[in-house]
Amino acid sequence: MTAPVTTGSDVTRLTAAETAAAVASGNISAVETTQAHLDRIGAVDERVHAFLHVDTEGALAAAQAVDDRRAAGERLGPLAGVPLAMKDVIATRGLPTTCGSRILEGWIPPYDATVVRRLREAGVVILGKTNMDEFAMGSSTEHSAYGPTHNPWDLDRIPGGSGGGSAAAVAAFEAPIAVGTDTGGSIRQPAAVTGTVGVKPTYGGVSRYGLVALASSLDQAGPCARTVLDAALLHETIAGHDPLDSTSIDAPVPSVVAAARAGDVTGLRIGVVKQFSGEGYQPGVLQRFREAVEVLEGLGASVVEVDCPHFDYALPAYYLILPSECSSNLARFDGMRYGLRVGDDGEHSAEEVMALTRAACFGAEAKRRIMLGAYALSSGYYDAYYGQAQKVRTLIVRDFAAAFEQVDVLVSPTTPTTAFPIGERIDDPLAMYLADLCTIPSNLAGNASMSLPVGLSPDDGLPVGLQVIAPPLADDQLYRVGAALETALRERWGHLLIEEAPAL
Amino acid sequence: MSSGAANTRADVAHLARLARLALTETELDHFGAQLDGILAAVSRIGDLDTADVPPTSHALDLTNVERDDVVRPGLTQEQALAGAPAAEDGRFRVPRILGEEA
Repeated sequence: MTAPVTTGSDVTRLTAAETAAAVASGNISAVETTQAHLDRIGAVDERVHAFLHVDTEGALAAAQAVDDRRAAGERLGPLAGVPLAMKDVIATRGLPTTCGSRILEGWIPPYDATVVRRLREAGVVILGKTNMDEFAMGSSTEHSAYGPTHNPWDLDRIPGGSGGGSAAAVAAFEAPIAVGTDTGGSIRQPAAVTGTVGVKPTYGGVSRYGLVALASSLDQAGPCARTVLDAALLHETIAGHDPLDSTSIDAPVPSVVAAARAGDVTGLRIGVVKQFSGEGYQPGVLQRFREAVEVLEGLGASVVEVDCPHFDYALPAYYLILPSECSSNLARFDGMRYGLRVGDDGEHSAEEVMALTRAACFGAEAKRRIMLGAYALSSGYYDAYYGQAQKVRTLIVRDFAAAFEQVDVLVSPTTPTTAFPIGERIDDPLAMYLADLCTIPSNLAGNASMSLPVGLSPDDGLPVGLQVIAPPLADDQLYRVGAALETALRERWGHLLIEEAPAL
Repeated sequence: MSSGAANTRADVAHLARLARLALTETELDHFGAQLDGILAAVSRIGDLDTADVPPTSHALDLTNVERDDVVRPGLTQEQALAGAPAAEDGRFRVPRILGEEA
């Protein structure tokens, strides 16, 4: 199953499933694969800048522990010994957690997020923390206080956001898998523009305990990987009920690994979202999308067009709901209990220190959204803005419900364009927001969705992603469709799309 | 800051105060114009007739989630204070909270 591995550079090309199998069989050690990935990070991350912090010592110690367990005859889990990159919005005990913000520079959490605890228990090796737009607000990682991440396909372009660091780490073979978080597309849009796989599980499917909150009704952590099966293995490892998160779903985790291994779409009813096409969509993106839908049809799925009329209002509703929740959640960053403090000179009052700290330590996008939220929630405007947006959210939930009466899953392009140049949209918030046009409805409805690569756009040679959306708790359907499409495209190309990425 | 109309400098400054952001004059101008643009764009949701539509605040039908009332370990005082910008005598040290006239 796994070819003998002779050199360190080969090890980083393996999938997570292959790596785990090689570690379990003794073909390679966990320390060996961890060291190979640390070496790869050392070789390329100065240019990619996927990582904000690399935990060399901790990663090697975790890998050694896996090797010791194996030597003691213990049976290892499906991801034991596999290196992973962790988005910096998730609390890691003893490791810096900045959320891409100056305000949390140097903060070391005193506890692990549930996601992190589960991964450590599964023997997954955490290599470090990945770059992101500040507090997960953005679609390019340019809103990180620590500088942008670069797309491994073209270092002058954005890797998507907010989880551009996690996607770029996986695309640059710095880690086979990564954890991301998705509030409006922050796992799926980076996956699309980096030629990787990203999944936003059903809301409540993965615990939010220890995930620094942006918009609590929308945030969801999920897997980033180079293959659908690897995403499923990570999904199953981090998902499941958690008493520490009151919105965690108390139900069995959908059988995503079995679905990814089956990958059969025979008889599946697929709906193409009518609204996500036309003006504003790059022709090459639409071409690759249509071709992929034809592949699914050829595999035995039936395809129809589905009308979701209120999806046109998802973006504006989201940009009222998210800032409202964000302005409330980010109020905790007041320079009193954690993070930086500015202006504490014995003269300024606590309130003045708060305002000085937040002005000095939040970036432009955080400031914009905090003020927008304060506006949408203020008396006199509440009904017209936040209140109306919540009602539109209901209409979007109803559109999904009606669609899933007709079909099993919906598909669309993940994002209207391929990766745009760094700097192009940095001070044009409305243009930046359009990157999440197709991904936002899933967050508003809380259902499950995936992005997977379906080719390079003929107009610029950059990766295109296809989004699959399934009803709440039907996450396994994503993997069924994703695996079927991935297998068919791989047979056509002779390799995974990511193999075509530049060597760096 | 009424929808679609240019907001005044005073409106933006008020918002910044509400948000506890000590912004510069330049920032007030810059963000003011951008917030106008964003609000004009999102105001489109007002076109929909939602008279009979209930609001959705959350993706799940949430009910109160409770646990047994048993003592569990939490953070130690040392851990809780470890990330504080200033601590004194085992407590968070904060700037004065009352104004000079108080």
